Amino acid sequence: MEQLLILLIFLPLAGALVTAFAGKAAKYAALVSAIVSLVLTAVLTCNFIPDASTQFVLNYPWIQDLGINFHAGIDGISLITVLLTNLLIPVIILASYGHDYKRANAFYALILFMQTGLLLVFTALDAFLFYIGWEAALIPVYFICAVWGGKDRIKVNMKFFVYTIAGSLFMLLGIIYLYLQNPLHNFDIQAFYKLNLDAAQQGWIFWSFFIAFAIKMPVFPFHTWQPDTYTEAPATGTMLLAGIMLKMGIYGVIRWLLPIVPHGVQDWGTTAIVLSIIGIVYASLIAFTQKNAKRLVAYSSIAHVGLISAGIFALNTQGMQGAMIQMLSHGINVVGLFFVLDIIFNRMKTNKIADLGGIASVAPQLAITFLIIVFGTVALPGTNGFIGEFLLLIGIYQYNIWAVVIAGLTVIFGAVYMLRMYQGVMLGKTNELTIGFKDIKGSEKLVLYIICALILILGVYPKPVLHLSEAAVQQLIEQVNQKLTSVN
Amino acid sequence: MNIIITIAVTALVVLYAGLFKAKKALLPISLIGLLGSLVFVVSSWNTAQVFYGMMQMDNFALAFSGLTIIGTMLILLLTQNYFAKDSENIAEYLCLILFALCGIVIMVSYKNMSMLFIGLEIMSVSLYILAGIRKNNFASNEASLKYFLMGAFSTGFLLFGITLIYGASGSFDLDAINKYLVGNYTSVSPLFYTGVILMLIGLSFKVGAAPFHFWTPDVYEGSPSLITSFMSTVVKTAGFAAFLRLFADTFAPLHDFWLMPLMVIVFLTLLIGNVTALFQKNFKRMLAYSSISHAGYLLFSLVALTSRSANNVLVYAAAYTFASIIAFAVLILVKQKTGNDNFENFNGLAKRNPFAALVLTIAMLSLAGIPLTAGFIGKYVMFLNVMTEYQVYLVAFAILNALVGFYYYFRVIVAMYFKEGSEIVLETPVQYKVVLLLSVAITLVLGLYPSVILNLI
Repeated sequence: MEQLLILLIFLPLAGALVTAFAGKAAKYAALVSAIVSLVLTAVLTCNFIPDASTQFVLNYPWIQDLGINFHAGIDGISLITVLLTNLLIPVIILASYGHDYKRANAFYALILFMQTGLLLVFTALDAFLFYIGWEAALIPVYFICAVWGGKDRIKVNMKFFVYTIAGSLFMLLGIIYLYLQNPLHNFDIQAFYKLNLDAAQQGWIFWSFFIAFAIKMPVFPFHTWQPDTYTEAPATGTMLLAGIMLKMGIYGVIRWLLPIVPHGVQDWGTTAIVLSIIGIVYASLIAFTQKNAKRLVAYSSIAHVGLISAGIFALNTQGMQGAMIQMLSHGINVVGLFFVLDIIFNRMKTNKIADLGGIASVAPQLAITFLIIVFGTVALPGTNGFIGEFLLLIGIYQYNIWAVVIAGLTVIFGAVYMLRMYQGVMLGKTNELTIGFKDIKGSEKLVLYIICALILILGVYPKPVLHLSEAAVQQLIEQVNQKLTSVN
Repeated sequence: MNIIITIAVTALVVLYAGLFKAKKALLPISLIGLLGSLVFVVSSWNTAQVFYGMMQMDNFALAFSGLTIIGTMLILLLTQNYFAKDSENIAEYLCLILFALCGIVIMVSYKNMSMLFIGLEIMSVSLYILAGIRKNNFASNEASLKYFLMGAFSTGFLLFGITLIYGASGSFDLDAINKYLVGNYTSVSPLFYTGVILMLIGLSFKVGAAPFHFWTPDVYEGSPSLITSFMSTVVKTAGFAAFLRLFADTFAPLHDFWLMPLMVIVFLTLLIGNVTALFQKNFKRMLAYSSISHAGYLLFSLVALTSRSANNVLVYAAAYTFASIIAFAVLILVKQKTGNDNFENFNGLAKRNPFAALVLTIAMLSLAGIPLTAGFIGKYVMFLNVMTEYQVYLVAFAILNALVGFYYYFRVIVAMYFKEGSEIVLETPVQYKVVLLLSVAITLVLGLYPSVILNLI
């Protein structure tokens, strides 16, 4: 079965090569590759035994002189993120069909190239491989955003690129440090887990990793690149960034930060939670004042991710499980939101809330699907957002009651600014601009139906997904607690 | 020894072929000669022959000889029609490059201070001429004169240093000097310390490390691009090999003493190279400053002397050489069409010549040190090298500089892909295609599977 994982990781790369030379058929080639990946993921999920073990493990020597192995595998936590990636990539590709991008072959090839990078990040059990995947996912999305983006794209994306790579280079410094501390002189994650570092060392390693992850998520105050980049990027780029890429940061915290430096987390976890909660409130307040719907969603994403990050650092099963399901839900919802805004932008050439209004009366199908997605985002019971936010809040509650009081504001704030945006864009009377709005059709319809179906299914019956990661999450928490008590 | 003889004979044959107007045969003869010397590199692997106590063809020397010979071959391939408009006698250009290469091979294999000096001079004298080979071009003349004056000046430092070390240790032989150091560890003559510092300055001049870098931008900009590519890749590699042979082996017992001045040089080189490169409007000048900053990274191998130091320099130099050759090759193509080498001329290159643009992008990513390219592996081994002594501040400083580097390397990519430029179609001649493809293949192979080079020395 281990061949399955090789295939899963490298199929998108092969798909990217084919797509690059596919000329006019590029978008179809890319979609086929993405769907095959999705089918493979489904096969993999069916063969996955939902216990705490790591399965489908690959371990080949790669750069032996430096102790680097191609070591990858999937456990419950990885599986959720792999599912998210391979589920969203075909959706995102399909969602790009509405645009007639120049040099489409390069565009779609880059998406698939990024997919391989993401899958490497989510399956790597070797720190060096993780780092390679981390950068390999960044380069394509930089090009997607900078080549096909809006007017200010060059400056904005340079900021984004340098910001993220600054974080990752300091993470590399941390990885090299761990490697040198490791008596086996390799990058194996299990060997890193076993390292005995003192509190000061753990503190430094914590920050070197945390800043990289915090920039990616982004957590306040490392978020300044995000709103501009999301706004200037083409819709596809925004969906990739918000839907999948930011989960790299969350996954990194769970997989690499918590188990390797538990004392660092104990010392600095409160700081991380405080930053996350500041981010929630701060981003929500800014979201209130946004006039551009795309920017509003960008800020709402900061608030939602802040809640996930706080839930993880609470270090208990509920918080962690909430984070797992919320990663999936947030990915689906945010892709849906950005897609709807892209549809509107495509037709109206604006995302300004004040210019829009009344679209619901001329485009009922869009109105209904958009509403479901908004409900998912504001965590209405029965949608996918609810179960995640509920678990996250329970997790944070166990950590500190005041933290949950403030973090819980996100639910209220979120409902207010999201519904206000929906009202502004969809309801009311049509104006001269929106009177001619044509309802969704073709691939747009398909994408939105898929997203709405996922929102409702996950909302009503989230158990299978929760079940996949439960054992792995519990083991992780135990492992961290054990390490905390054994040394003290 | 075979290697040097082969190269020298090739150079003479080329000169005679030029005399008999066999223009078409010049390049093939040079390439065949270099291929022959490459065969000798491979066949003498692991033999570690010593020639009369003067030169030692150990794996270190062979690996660096191999790298410089391959680099020279690629650059020679770029000469097609390059000098034709300057002069009728292209034979002299080729043979001067080959003579310089002779000096380089001596520089990487010396076992005696006098050979270091001879090798350096053979190389430098050829380069002084090559820099000024466009006799009617003002910038070229300026470059040549500046290079000559600064080169002579730095050679003075070097010779003075050698003399003082001879005075203290009584020998030119590297092993004897090392034996003197180990034997009299507590009572090393003050002359020796002075000599070490003078040699450090002399060699820093040669490799263009700050604060002895002032000649580099002007000389690199003024010289013909092809010669600049030779100077900034092959010659630089040789300079570092010479540096390493002396400081990592012979002077290793005094590491504590020369570490401090070296650290100052490293910090300054990184800072000045990167920050100044940021403000350049001219692609060639930017490459000159970036080459200064790469000198800073290369010096990392001397900050912490480990068993891997030498090999790390080889990896970094290889990554840097092939990426730079790509950069210069595309620069030459662009300049031939547009007449100057400002960044604006790269605008819209992705449309005019997608192949050249893609290759140059990979080269820039490699120079910037992005994973999956050779440049990343180079930077990585260098960082690892200094981290073994936990020089965390140095690495943190280097990371900040690498970030500055992203800005100016990406400026080229931004120009090529994101900006609109003139619509003149840019063709790639076959030989350029070969060079670009080979260099990019090596860059990617070294990035994906660096094991082929990591354990050579």
